[in-house]
Amino acid sequence: MLMNRSVLIVAVMAIVTIILRFIPFIIFSGNKKTPKLVAYLGDVLPSSVMAMLVVYCLKGISFTSTMAFLPYIAASAVVVLSYIWKRNTLLSIVLGTACFMIMV
Amino acid sequence: MRLRTLFKKAYMASIPVLGGYIVLGMGFGVVLQSNGYGLPWALAMSLFIYAGSLQFVGIGLLTGGVSILTAALTSLMVNARHLFYGISMIDKYKGAGAGKPYMIFALTDETYSIVCNPPVYMNKKEYLTYSLFVSLLNQFYWVSGCVLGSVLGNFIPFDTTGIDFALTALFITVFVQQWIDKKDHRPAIIGVVASVISLLIFGRDNFLIPAMLAITAALCLMGAKEGYHANE
Repeated sequence: MLMNRSVLIVAVMAIVTIILRFIPFIIFSGNKKTPKLVAYLGDVLPSSVMAMLVVYCLKGISFTSTMAFLPYIAASAVVVLSYIWKRNTLLSIVLGTACFMIMV
Repeated sequence: MRLRTLFKKAYMASIPVLGGYIVLGMGFGVVLQSNGYGLPWALAMSLFIYAGSLQFVGIGLLTGGVSILTAALTSLMVNARHLFYGISMIDKYKGAGAGKPYMIFALTDETYSIVCNPPVYMNKKEYLTYSLFVSLLNQFYWVSGCVLGSVLGNFIPFDTTGIDFALTALFITVFVQQWIDKKDHRPAIIGVVASVISLLIFGRDNFLIPAMLAITAALCLMGAKEGYHANE
């Protein structure tokens, strides 16, 4: 009984996620030209969304004590600066993550 | 580009995700197993849900005795941001052929951050093959991580606290690259400002949907004012 309920919950999580991922493609499918507004959003959204994702990842920061937020700020700064300097994604991720892991 | 070259490019671009997914996936597998849900559950969830944050939240749903409706609404709230990825990939994934349904299914945060930003110039066909490879590789990493965590349980030999910062770092590098590529920085600024303000108002568990609404409204206004000229 309990396992049946669990199967149902996993199925619901999968179905809702799949629907969310497919909705935009279903609404604007076929060979019709994508509406101007949607094409425009497709072009400008990635920058806004990446900003939102960064905030989403950093949402757990608390400012109650210095050690609670310093690792996040310092590691993020390492990522930004090393990336501007070398333009190497992998290098920046390794440096930033190492910095974070040492500090937490 | 030859298929092998494209695969290699996809693999190189996906390495940050490899690290992040294996570690986070293992974390998920360990926690799931310690709550009484073993290997089949880790496998099924990573194959069919394939959404990191929802899977972690899902452990609470499984053990917490919530209703099916609550499970559905929670999934909707946690994953609504995927609507955004779809909207920005409609034209890019046009003509993707037989792999397209899978590519849409597999559009996670991390896959999106890689396919929205190809490392070199590619023509349409090359880009679609590259994106399919990235999608497949990333899910392979995620499923492997979840399964490993489930099987190994708590026998992880070193302290991995903080290693999940790798994914935050990935998103930051993509953000900086987009900032460098685009002349118009307003979409990026709108994203930061709208997200931070809704985080402050609605709190960390509820801020995503208001942030998405605010971003959409601001971008629509901006576009309408300027006649929807693309921002290259």
